[in-house]
Amino acid sequence: MVPKELRYTKDHEWVRLENGKARVGITEHAQKSLGDIVYVELPPVGKEVKKGERAATVESVKAVGEVFAPVSGKVVEVNETVTKSPDLINKDPYGQGWLFVLAIADSKEVETLLTPEAYEEFVKGGG
Amino acid sequence: MPTIYARGQKGRKALALPELSRPEEELLRKIPEGMRRREPPLLPEVSQPELVRHYTHLSRLNYGVDTGFYPLGSCTMKYNPKLHEDLSRLPGFTGLHPLLPEEEVQGALAVLWELSEYLKGIAGMPGLTLQPAAGAHGELTGMFLIKRYFEDRGELPRREKILLPDSAHGTNPASAAMAGFRVVSIPSDRRGMVDLEALKRNLDETVAGIMLTVPNTLGIFEEDILEITKLVHEAGGLCYFDGANLNAFLGRARPGDMGADIFHFNLHKTFSTPHGGGGPGAGPLAVSEPLVPYLPVPEIVKDGEKFRLHYDKPKSIGRVHPYFGNFLVMVKALAYILTLGDEGMREVSAAAALAANYLRVRLKGTYKLPYDRLCKHEFVLSGEGLGEGIRTLDIAKRLIDYGFHPPTIYFPLIVREALMIEPTETEHKEVLDAFCEVMPKIAEEARTNPALLKEAPHHAPVRRLDEARAVRQPILREPFLGN
Amino acid sequence: MNPYIPHTKRDIEEMLSAVGLPDVEALFSDIPEEVLRRFKPLGLPPRDEIWVYRHITGLSQRSTGTKLIPFLGAGLYDHYVPPVVGHVLSRAEFYTAYTPYQPEISQGTLTWMFEYQTMVCELTGMEVANASMYDGATALAEAVYMAHRTVGGKVVLVPKSLNPNVREVLATYAWAAGLELVDVPYDENGQLRLGETPEGTSALVVQEPNFFGVVEDLSGLKERLGKAFLIVYVNPIALGILEPPGKFGADAVVGEGQVLGLPLSFGGPLLGIFATKMEHLRRMPGRLSGRTVDTEGKEGYVMAFQTREQHIRREEATSNICTNSALCALAATVYLAALGPEGLRKIALLSLERAHSLAERIFSLPGFRPAFPGPFLYEFSVRCPDAQAAVRRLREERIAVAGPELLEKCGVENALLVAVTEKRTPEELDLFVQALSSLAAEVPAAGFKKG
Repeated sequence: MVPKELRYTKDHEWVRLENGKARVGITEHAQKSLGDIVYVELPPVGKEVKKGERAATVESVKAVGEVFAPVSGKVVEVNETVTKSPDLINKDPYGQGWLFVLAIADSKEVETLLTPEAYEEFVKGGG
Repeated sequence: MPTIYARGQKGRKALALPELSRPEEELLRKIPEGMRRREPPLLPEVSQPELVRHYTHLSRLNYGVDTGFYPLGSCTMKYNPKLHEDLSRLPGFTGLHPLLPEEEVQGALAVLWELSEYLKGIAGMPGLTLQPAAGAHGELTGMFLIKRYFEDRGELPRREKILLPDSAHGTNPASAAMAGFRVVSIPSDRRGMVDLEALKRNLDETVAGIMLTVPNTLGIFEEDILEITKLVHEAGGLCYFDGANLNAFLGRARPGDMGADIFHFNLHKTFSTPHGGGGPGAGPLAVSEPLVPYLPVPEIVKDGEKFRLHYDKPKSIGRVHPYFGNFLVMVKALAYILTLGDEGMREVSAAAALAANYLRVRLKGTYKLPYDRLCKHEFVLSGEGLGEGIRTLDIAKRLIDYGFHPPTIYFPLIVREALMIEPTETEHKEVLDAFCEVMPKIAEEARTNPALLKEAPHHAPVRRLDEARAVRQPILREPFLGN
Repeated sequence: MNPYIPHTKRDIEEMLSAVGLPDVEALFSDIPEEVLRRFKPLGLPPRDEIWVYRHITGLSQRSTGTKLIPFLGAGLYDHYVPPVVGHVLSRAEFYTAYTPYQPEISQGTLTWMFEYQTMVCELTGMEVANASMYDGATALAEAVYMAHRTVGGKVVLVPKSLNPNVREVLATYAWAAGLELVDVPYDENGQLRLGETPEGTSALVVQEPNFFGVVEDLSGLKERLGKAFLIVYVNPIALGILEPPGKFGADAVVGEGQVLGLPLSFGGPLLGIFATKMEHLRRMPGRLSGRTVDTEGKEGYVMAFQTREQHIRREEATSNICTNSALCALAATVYLAALGPEGLRKIALLSLERAHSLAERIFSLPGFRPAFPGPFLYEFSVRCPDAQAAVRRLREERIAVAGPELLEKCGVENALLVAVTEKRTPEELDLFVQALSSLAAEVPAAGFKKG
């Protein structure tokens, strides 16, 4: 079951919309397929990222997961706690395991994000 | 596993060394005070028997080709003949300094020259360098050659991309990127071969070349190989062949005849030199005529009965090794080629392909075989679908309990839960049969007693190790107290 | 018949029938006909083991170089290799194993890798060391690449006193990456003379001791470089008596490990040493063994930080290196364990003692003087009345030295480079001095030039 209040991407990121900002993390499905996460690299605060551009990296022992910006915007906050305890992403991907917050540049891009239902379908279909 | 540091006592010695004839203080004064070492390095202090017992103990925790079956795909873990070990230890080889004048090292140059000639013949290509110290080093040298070639023709920076099938070894993209090329992945088609249409779409005036593994990492020979190399050449690009899989066609086909411009050998795979627990190997590189002027210096030439080192090659990329490459490894490869001759090399590929196909046919009933066709020296199964939560890793660890080294796992990336199996030509049929009995047994255990797999290995020096911890709390050296 | 293929005729028939093929040639039906047709054999008959043994042994005896007394160093040195090293290396469980990708049955390799990493850190004064590179030269090239990745910049400062063979390898790598090597001159002592650090400097390379054998003073260099890397190329034996570069803030320490228990071997295989600071861990090349525990809490080792490496990160890997010099690193581990801290110091001091004793005697001969008065350990450069004549004269006494060609590449004219290890006997030193003194006597005093 994926949380109903969030939006999603086909790259397995989740987005929480908060007053023109987007809080971003990786989904339960993504953390499971990566396995034990041991390292996180976050973007510097202030960095401008375009939709689909690589914004962060999440590593397990034998895999590297790229986290892409779900929408364009400026990085306004990053979760320093996960860089020290990357296992939070495994334990609580939708909560304490969030990665960064973007100030959304173009609100129209939000419409391109998947609904929880659409994302669930996508995962079931082997995506 | 206690390290050597856990053994010994302060002041214990393993060797009797000569005495100094001047007082130590006097000698140390030769070093400017600021550069004199203040604290000695912490090194073990052990007796010789302690030392030997420690490493004998460690060796027994290892698994090698001399221990048992090692079907590690893409690594060609064939038997390493003992003759070669003795030959490589001859004092006439080990005692030679590489900077001695060429007239003092004629025997060593003869080894280099003889081996070069044979390797050129095996590749069917006119130029060769022995300098690369490993396969990946050969790849990098090859990428340097491609770069110099286009630089010389004034086609840089336009030719900036290297095409790579999605089944390629990780060293290929890494080598191309290290030489400053952009890597473009070409998908495989349903046959497991390069998708010709996708290839054509990517062929334009920015292509520097393609890197192909022949046969590819699924163990499948690219049937369109001549078409592929022709297309790349027509687009003005060069064709690099990764020779990791030469065991598949040794003695019966030559990369030069397939359109290769550059081909690296792995002497530690095809030519039976040992892997040494990770190295050293050797990665000689053969090239086509247009690339000969760019090869590293020096070149070894035969002048009547004498061998000379030729440095005057203005277009050369320069050196990639400070001397001549991994010479002692070359001695072993030369001995191997001489022992086998043409006929013996032809038998290598036949026996390697026969063993791989035999295992493929016998195992495909129990394990998924995503590309079910004639293979060469290796093939790829999938560990999917054996049971709830069972992964290829579990199968691999359970194989350890049965006394086998696991195959290569999770590679190539285009097969889910891949098990890449390469039996090599030196494995006995009895052993192949035993492996064919154990694999279905493990599949059966996966259904009836999955914990057996999940908790495997049960009969190894250690149980499954916590790899996440090794990264989260890194300990990469002995953490001495107070250090 | 290939002696290493165990199959009987019956085995082959049984396997063929299981596969459903008429003969082994049918296994190759997927190779294009045209390719098979073009094949040409080498014209080599198979040979028996005795023939091969004789042939290769014959080649090994054809080089006159092994009969010479090696006062030749210039990067590789004739130190004593205790037989215990070779005996450990002959354990087939070590040398017939692959890279330790399956840790449960590779604890032998992973444990000695961890020991090796510890020893290299101790020698260099650095925080983390990888489990080996091909050789010192490529280790240096990789350190320069790492500096470039870390601090940017395209300028690499390289002293004229760097080993020319090593420099040539570095030049090839630098060209490919679009890096510019900028010469740093040496002073009258033969020591590095560092001027202003140009804009866009990635790294400064320092060889310790340098190619002339002169000890460089590393103090204050890092401070002058700022964020640019200080990369020190070391001789690890010298680190038995020299302050480790880590103490001077080096960002990377690399070097040629051949001196640690490996024979000269006509220059290969060698051992590339690579050590750095923990802050650069994720950008460093090569394998690392890390300590952890198994499911029962028992201590063990695994390959750590593999996501840096090519098999996972592909084109974004920190290096393409896969096969390295593992067995050579094992040799170094056993060698250092056999010596211990006292033994290593002694090997360094014995070499120093003999080198200085030889140098004092050579420099008392008319016409022979140090090319540089700077401090040296076990190797020194000798300016001669006629360096070529000196090489020839020494050769008559079966003595090999590094001739003037190599030093000329560094801008030093008419000089020899002489290396002395603990293996050189007093008689060999006498012979060396006698040879040169006969030459000194032959040259009329008026023939000497100052300068």
